[in-house]
Amino acid sequence: MTMLQPDEAETETEAPTAELKMTARDVDVFYGTNHAIKSISVDIPDKTVTAFIGPSGCGKTTFLRCLNRMNDTIRNCRVTGEIRLDGEDIYGRDIDPVQLRARVGMVFQKPNPFPKSIYDNVAYGPRIHGLAGTRAELDEIVERALTRAALWQEVRDRLDAPGTGLSGGQQQRLCIARAIATAPEVLLMDEPCSALDLIATAQIEELIDELRESYSVVIVTHSMQQAARVSQKTAFFHLGVLVEYGETSRMFTNPSDQRTQDYITGRFG
Amino acid sequence: MSVQDTDIPAARPVDWRDPRILARIRRRHARDGWLKAAGLVALLIAFALLAILVGSLVYRGHSAFTQTMVTLQVHVDPKKVKPERLRRGKYDDMVEAALLSHFPEVRSRADRRKLTKILSKGARLALRDRVTADPALIGQTVTISVPVSDPFDQLNKGLIGRSTPEERRIVDDRAIAWFDRLAEKGLISRPFNTALFLEADSRFPELAGLAGAIRGSAYALLVCFLISFPVGIAAAIYLEEFAPRNRFVDIVEVNINNLAAVPSVVFGLLALAVFLGWFGLPRSAPLVGGMTLALMTLPTIIIATRAAVKAVPPSIREAALGIGASETQVVFSHVLPLAMPGILTGTIIGLAQALGETAPLLLIGMNAFITEPPGGVLDPATALPTQIYIWADSPERGFVSRTAAAICVLLLFLVTMNALAVILRRRFERRW
Repeated sequence: MTMLQPDEAETETEAPTAELKMTARDVDVFYGTNHAIKSISVDIPDKTVTAFIGPSGCGKTTFLRCLNRMNDTIRNCRVTGEIRLDGEDIYGRDIDPVQLRARVGMVFQKPNPFPKSIYDNVAYGPRIHGLAGTRAELDEIVERALTRAALWQEVRDRLDAPGTGLSGGQQQRLCIARAIATAPEVLLMDEPCSALDLIATAQIEELIDELRESYSVVIVTHSMQQAARVSQKTAFFHLGVLVEYGETSRMFTNPSDQRTQDYITGRFG
Repeated sequence: MSVQDTDIPAARPVDWRDPRILARIRRRHARDGWLKAAGLVALLIAFALLAILVGSLVYRGHSAFTQTMVTLQVHVDPKKVKPERLRRGKYDDMVEAALLSHFPEVRSRADRRKLTKILSKGARLALRDRVTADPALIGQTVTISVPVSDPFDQLNKGLIGRSTPEERRIVDDRAIAWFDRLAEKGLISRPFNTALFLEADSRFPELAGLAGAIRGSAYALLVCFLISFPVGIAAAIYLEEFAPRNRFVDIVEVNINNLAAVPSVVFGLLALAVFLGWFGLPRSAPLVGGMTLALMTLPTIIIATRAAVKAVPPSIREAALGIGASETQVVFSHVLPLAMPGILTGTIIGLAQALGETAPLLLIGMNAFITEPPGGVLDPATALPTQIYIWADSPERGFVSRTAAAICVLLLFLVTMNALAVILRRRFERRW
């Protein structure tokens, strides 16, 4: 119900500095006895791209998956602390993770289209959430999502073709279309370009920049250049701890922490 | 990376032309050759054994697919059959009279009785059915082919040697002479044995057929499928997708795997005690047979389904969950369709196993002597493997070839089912 665009537009005009979309306070994550994430607090602003960077195994993805409760599906994973979406505790009792995941969409590291037609891939989310009343409405949602994901021109003639038959970059854009078809408020992207070539990466990055106008985007990336190119805010993770968080431009030119500086200049990681 | 690092020792040079190295390579290649040869030999042995099995079955069984018939002109005597009591006419008298008319010289009562032994007991039934279907035939003469009795069938097929001394033969020289006379007149024929597929069991080999067994097996398999398929899939999905990881579930899993290895006769005893003993279900019924077979098929289906569900890539589950699909939606719109080829293959292999299973059916009485094909799942019936068991146990010569023929039919069904498994799998894989 908080998907209504006018509300957001209103708050936007009231507060020209980016409104906070999600806030995390003292989040800890345990896999069994392994303490993977240690007391992380982050503010994720609306209509902004926030990048999570850091060496492998530092907990970026784990933390990202807390934001739409995907970690619920992992056995013996325990999350403590508080994460709020529009001020609402997403681990609260009256939040249904199924609905939350429609509001906080996710794009995965490896393109994972369903082995169904391109149309059905995009229509799946709207269908299960009952977002379209008629077939025409659904057609429109699909077309709009594919257009926004910059894929419509390439697939408009073969919507019935299997989504798995597309190229890697097209598949990833299809996954983005699928994620934005449910009109999410936040889009989580877990290294969306790691399996793609330079051209496909450039296309996705351009797309992320456009998506920023309507969504809050959180992207996990290994590539510092990518973080510098697409994001406005950057968070640097190291060994399960949030080392530094701030404006991207400042992080890359004038990091305040020695570890951030070492990582950015390529001394470890 | 660091070129200046002098700590790293230089690579030791290797002479790849060293005879020892060359010899070693040759040995490795020789080993490859031996492995391939061993595999090929094993395959050839398996094929040879299969060829011997099928060959001997076909050799022994092929004669049962034809049946020796004698064609007679039978006068339907109005004195011996009344239109209002069609089924109770003296048809044997009429058929025998028609046969005796070819041998006017045979007069004595004993000889005439011996002569009529050429005819099968089923001959009168053939006439009865003909007249019952068309009462207008009463008073007319009909031409009808009736089966000959088993010894003469065997004689005609050459399975009773004419060179065997008379005292060791079931048919004596006079009977052979009579039979040959009929053959000379062109009255003896050997058409395809339709009775083998249209009739149920009989005491007389020339009349015995597999219709009852085939229908009994079909009913039992249907019941087995209806029970084991949904229950098996439900159990496997629960264990794979929803079950918590605790000791209880571990015990359940171990025991399902154990159940797959339990001898089938034990399931038969269980069914005897529970289905017949406690529930009081009827003996020899395909319903009980199917339930018993379902007990055996369940572990197979559960194990196959779990393997197929496990093989569905986790990325598909994540994708669906990531859009906000509920667990049920993930299972029904993604996991199950993707796992279906594997599930179907496992199910059909399980059913094929059930089709050939004998021991549990013996224990619940599906080896009874039943001369009518079952009309429903509660009627007494036999199944194909138990019918084979019964026939293999019968002393008459005619049952030897019929047993082999029945085995051929059973194998044909098994091959068909396995081919179906392959076709279904291909079809589903193409769709996904």
